[in-house]
Amino acid sequence: MREIKLMKGNEAIAEAFIRAGVDAYFGYPITPQSEVIEYLMYEEPHKRTGMVVLQAESEIAAINMVYGAACTGKKVVTSSSSPGISLMQEGISYIAGSEVPCVLVNVVRGGPGLGTIQPSQADYFQSTKGGGHGDYHLIVIAPSSVQEMVDFVPLAFDLAFKYRNPVIIQSDGVIGQMMEKVELFEQMPRMTNEEIKQKYDDWALTGRTKGREHNIITSLDLVSERQEKFNLKLKEKYDRVEAEEVRYEKIMCDDADYIFVAYGSSSRICQKSVKLAREAGIKVGLFRPITLYPFPFNEIKQMVPHLKGILTVEMSLGQMVYDVKAAVEYRILVEHYGRVGGMIPTPEAIVDALKTKIIGD
Amino acid sequence: MAEIKLEDIIKEENKVFSKTSLFTEKPLSYCPGCGHGVAHRLVLEAIEEMGIVENVIGVAPVGCSVLAYEFMNIDMAEAPHGRATALATGIKRVYPEKFVFTYQGDGDLAAIGTGETIHTCNRGENITIVFINNGIYGMTGGQMAPTTIPKMKTSTSPYGRQVDMMGHPLKMTEIVAQLPGTCFVARHAVHTPALVRKAKKAIRTAFEYQKAKKGTSFVEIVSNCNSGWKMTPIQAIKWLEENMLPFYELGTLKEIGLD
Ligand SMILES: Cc1ncc(C[n+]2csc(CCOP(=O)(O)OP(=O)(O)O)c2C)c(N)n1
Ligand code: SF4
Repeated sequence: MREIKLMKGNEAIAEAFIRAGVDAYFGYPITPQSEVIEYLMYEEPHKRTGMVVLQAESEIAAINMVYGAACTGKKVVTSSSSPGISLMQEGISYIAGSEVPCVLVNVVRGGPGLGTIQPSQADYFQSTKGGGHGDYHLIVIAPSSVQEMVDFVPLAFDLAFKYRNPVIIQSDGVIGQMMEKVELFEQMPRMTNEEIKQKYDDWALTGRTKGREHNIITSLDLVSERQEKFNLKLKEKYDRVEAEEVRYEKIMCDDADYIFVAYGSSSRICQKSVKLAREAGIKVGLFRPITLYPFPFNEIKQMVPHLKGILTVEMSLGQMVYDVKAAVEYRILVEHYGRVGGMIPTPEAIVDALKTKIIGD
Repeated sequence: MAEIKLEDIIKEENKVFSKTSLFTEKPLSYCPGCGHGVAHRLVLEAIEEMGIVENVIGVAPVGCSVLAYEFMNIDMAEAPHGRATALATGIKRVYPEKFVFTYQGDGDLAAIGTGETIHTCNRGENITIVFINNGIYGMTGGQMAPTTIPKMKTSTSPYGRQVDMMGHPLKMTEIVAQLPGTCFVARHAVHTPALVRKAKKAIRTAFEYQKAKKGTSFVEIVSNCNSGWKMTPIQAIKWLEENMLPFYELGTLKEIGLD
């Protein structure tokens, strides 16, 4: 039977790293996610599975340790919160540009600058539209419960290795800090060096054995014709990701006149708003993007003929709302409602916003 | 005139020196006279002699040697500017049984990467760092480096480095020698055959320290950048001897012993 526990989001994801057979974690403390590295240090995973945990001297060092370790075909992860993720962007761009699989976690807090240690969803642009320099995409998955903090860890690694691309688990301070019941999956074995060599010998740095060319991990190509080809190859990969990896959840959308589009903790609050609105006789549903990249453009577009309007709810000044407007091709009214600075919207305020901004009474 | 072939001049029986097998067939992209090529060779010879090529992973920097992975026929990664030792840390932590080294210029290791260098050495990561100090940023066209010596002219210190305004040169090797995590720290040069032999021995020793799991081994090579210095190779060597070496004294700064 699976183990059931009451856990904080940050501790649950740390436990999931160990159980998913992750080889190494490198990180630097920052609120509201320091419990991740604290939990790992306390658990001594080197004794449980042989997993390496190292506190780096900065997020710059941490992401580059991730880069190095992940170059060898090992499963490697880091976690941070907004300012730390900003500091990692050059490294993330290199990792995407050399097609190295790894997993990142952002437990988002408010910005800009040092902002606040309270929850926020204002890093949507950063994670889904680039963040670092150059044409690249992260695969972005957004958990909305402590359970998903756990379940998305193996999923993130599967996607990272399937596409040889960095994957970011985009959480926020609410989910990182809240405690919920969680079902933990069984311990998965770490891959042996021999298994890694067999599986990834065409690209991973494992030492040049006889009979094979030396493997090189680089994001540099000074020959423009070749670099363009490489960029186009990345584009093909992103096209495949967009075609095959869209994930979302629909709640009470079948008969809905209006929908909320919300992810992460905002989507949890919207569940209550759906109930409140329906009690007041307004037929509302909730559409929750699980992958923020690839974004469920088509799935939202298909709903347009049945809808009178959409309210996006985010803890930001309105970032995902641009993608929702693009998805509906501006054919129906789409408005944004959100709180910022670490403030969390209430279910009632969301229903009010639906009435005033969309229904118009 | 008949064509002269290389084989007519270099016959098997009178061959006393050949390229290490760990060089790829790619021609080096360095300027004629530059020390990078010799330093590459010494690293590769040490690896070849120790018979460890299947167990070596290298990390190239951003700088003139950014393409080191094209010339070194071993598994290698190319790090963001200054972060080579962080990558090496990551690699070594998940593969403690591999030999891991970085090859970095002075801008890479002693300016933008100062933090990573100090912390890697201070943690005593069991890796080898090869540090090429040519007193200038070669790749970007000869700007001032943290290692540029007082009064030395570069494109961003066109009247010579004025220490009151631009700060003092940083002796990174002296700094890391003081850190408890380093086991072998030495400064060498490669502009004469005798010095090449000594430098090679030091690089080999550095890898031996890694084999013995003693901590971070660190070898600085005081080198030239004749293009950046705007000198001929011969002038550059003379200038190096007269100006760089009095400031950057050669020798072993730290050696804790192999046993
Ligand atoms: C983040 C970042 N900043 C700046 C640069 C530009 N840059 C490339 S190489 C270099 C300096 C290289 O000098 P050094 O490390 O001394 O190596 P050398 O070329 O002399 O061998 C700089 C500043 C860069 N590539 N990345
Ligand atoms: S620019 Fe300087 S460091 Fe770079 S290859 Fe030429 S001589 Fe060497």
